[in-house]
Amino acid sequence: MKFLDKITAKPWEHAGEMEGVHGEFVVTRSAGQMGLWLFLAVVSSLFLLFIVSYYTRSQFPDWEKIADPGILWVNTALLIFASVALQIASNAARRDAAGTMRNALVAGGLLTMAFVAGQLMAWEQLMSAGFYAQDNPATAFFYLVTGLHALHLLGGLWFMAILGVRLNRQNQRVKALQSVALCATYWHYLLLVWLILFTLLLRT
Amino acid sequence: MAYVAIADRDHEEYHDHAPQSFIWKYIWSQDHKVIAIQYSITAIAIGLVALGLSLIMRLQLGFPDTFSFISPGEYYQAITMHGMIMVIYLLTALLLGGFGNYLIPLMVGARDMVFPFMNMLSYWVYLLSVIVLCSSFFITGGPTGGGWTLYPPQVILPGTPGVDGGIVLMLLSLVLFIVAFTMGGLNYVTTVLQARCRGMTLMRMPLSVWGIFVATILGLLAFPALLVTGIMLLLDSVLGTSFFMPALLSMGEVSDHAGGSPILFQHLFWFFGHPEVYIVALPAFGMISDLVAVHARKNIFGYRMMVWAILAIGVISFIVWAHHMYVSGMNPYFGFFFATTTLIIAIPTALKVYNWVLTLWRGNIHMTVPMLFVIGFIFTFINGGITGLFLGNMAVDMPLSDTYFVVGHFHMVMGVSPILVIFGAIYHWYPKITGRMLNDKLGRFHFWATLFGTYAIYLPMHYLGILGLPRRYYAMGDTSFIPDSVQAMNAGISIAAFFVAAVQMIFLFNLWWSRKHGKLAGGNPWNATTLEWQTPQTPPVHGNWGPELPVVYRWAYDYSVPGAAEDYIPQTMASEDVPRSDPSYHGEEGEHT
Repeated sequence: MKFLDKITAKPWEHAGEMEGVHGEFVVTRSAGQMGLWLFLAVVSSLFLLFIVSYYTRSQFPDWEKIADPGILWVNTALLIFASVALQIASNAARRDAAGTMRNALVAGGLLTMAFVAGQLMAWEQLMSAGFYAQDNPATAFFYLVTGLHALHLLGGLWFMAILGVRLNRQNQRVKALQSVALCATYWHYLLLVWLILFTLLLRT
Repeated sequence: MAYVAIADRDHEEYHDHAPQSFIWKYIWSQDHKVIAIQYSITAIAIGLVALGLSLIMRLQLGFPDTFSFISPGEYYQAITMHGMIMVIYLLTALLLGGFGNYLIPLMVGARDMVFPFMNMLSYWVYLLSVIVLCSSFFITGGPTGGGWTLYPPQVILPGTPGVDGGIVLMLLSLVLFIVAFTMGGLNYVTTVLQARCRGMTLMRMPLSVWGIFVATILGLLAFPALLVTGIMLLLDSVLGTSFFMPALLSMGEVSDHAGGSPILFQHLFWFFGHPEVYIVALPAFGMISDLVAVHARKNIFGYRMMVWAILAIGVISFIVWAHHMYVSGMNPYFGFFFATTTLIIAIPTALKVYNWVLTLWRGNIHMTVPMLFVIGFIFTFINGGITGLFLGNMAVDMPLSDTYFVVGHFHMVMGVSPILVIFGAIYHWYPKITGRMLNDKLGRFHFWATLFGTYAIYLPMHYLGILGLPRRYYAMGDTSFIPDSVQAMNAGISIAAFFVAAVQMIFLFNLWWSRKHGKLAGGNPWNATTLEWQTPQTPPVHGNWGPELPVVYRWAYDYSVPGAAEDYIPQTMASEDVPRSDPSYHGEEGEHT
């Protein structure tokens, strides 16, 4: 393993500059990419702990399974399409195909907003069916995990909006083009999280 | 002078000019050094509030029935806020936000953090979290008095102080703190991995950077657990959900909650809470390693072991959390597992202690103020660590857990030890930060008074604990198994506490006075090898390094190398440039190890 090789080096033995040492990571990744991956590790820790708590709490006798709103299936499809759109945008950014990229980004953004609106409708349906957070832990967890997931998407949309502004500024365009791929990674990740959460919500 | 603000070479075309106006230079600054100082001053200021709260506690404990202005409720509020502020808002913020910010870019040879804007945001969100926390002192009902661990159900039930709003503000403040920490933490880790200068391999990094680096990773993975508990407890408190709240009778009435699990809260909380101990300890371990090598003029003993021990402690710290919960009740096999892991984590920790002592052995020890603090730390850490071995065993922990023995233990290991490191580190790096030395006489007095003072406070607590004196109590009343001498000892502890608190004012005065009137330090007053002492200007200017980034040729610990004219060789010095004391000597500098 590369990391093991590095931390078993004996630094006191070889004084002298080591060629190619600078940027042993920079070669493969940008700082932004590294930052994003670290952030995803943090978010994974967050959702993992929620899932563990969810599962633990669901084993208690007062847990009542709720009928999950059917609209969640539609929302899932929307989020998959959003993720695909962002992948198209990312590929287009690499080829510098400006038109395709812009359309794909706009489509991805709109699909994501539709997903969030759909989640709100799911909440609305639950509430009109008389499921409130206080009544049962299953309901409370439903609002909590869907809400947190949607918040992460809204954060992503905020960054996408900044990205849109930067793409239109000539002096920031080169850097912004690299960030499109980061957006795509983030969306894929949140899609994965949603699929796991959705499975959990359906099963308990 | 303005240099490139970002270390990433891809961005070198952006010549970011250093901000000129006062506001952009010192208030809304994106410079890691200014942010570090902002973090440190805020952390020390809120730490003084926590110090004041501890004095309120000591007034009550030392002289019960004397001060009518301390009610039981206020006593619990003081306990809670003291604990939370010291652990999170002082130690975590000062060690990572303060020292992490200042040292990482300078020690790895970067111009700044890789995300300077996010770094600035991190500080301002931290400040906001401190303000939200403090605002709970001024609302009806005051701050929460549920204990710093915030255990439900009692923390959000009527009767506990601060149930009207204090607990909500506390949880909001914690959420903000975690957001701030995450923004800072992403920066520290990415900077260490991405922005090291040419020649700075991972294993050439000073141990300070290693400690801060691994502690930050722990924080990034552990703070989400606190976020999860915070959010769910907030919902239980505000919306009346039952994540943690069981069905219960509260003040004679059946509460609206049902079915929740307080034990689930404890698991989640301590899944954060135990790594938190090492989030504070690892940066302290790292900095003490650098201090001991510089002031003993000797390379650190077992550098690789030190790095591996830091990594091992980081990993194991995630599987010891339930040793905080022995008295909560658990399957004996579960407890056995956690007692075992707790004893295992003592191995890498003990290894570090041996290596510090072995670094001192036959070193050319300079009894400077930082070195005094180093030695004080090693003593105190052994002291607190050994009582930890007692408490790590379930059978011993059961009778001791709710007594002053635990208070003595964790204040020795997590209070006094890291604070001694922080003091030592401030005496050590202050000349780089301000360009002037701290006053030596005041520093020596500060050290001896603090060391003996804190021992006078915490050593007797171990005896009180073995007697069975319960902690968290506002007053003992008439309790048959507690002899009268306990009261005399409590009064003595209180007097020692007031003395130690007063001595810290001398330290603050020293900090304030020396920045203008201290002895001029020059660039490298301790003759240290690491990069932060090799900057072209002291204090370092925006961009740190002048037009050229430094190049590193050697590890961070080339002290007293045989054949070299000086007793240290800076990391930036190539082998052929090293002045020789003995012209016939042609060996590699490192061979003496």
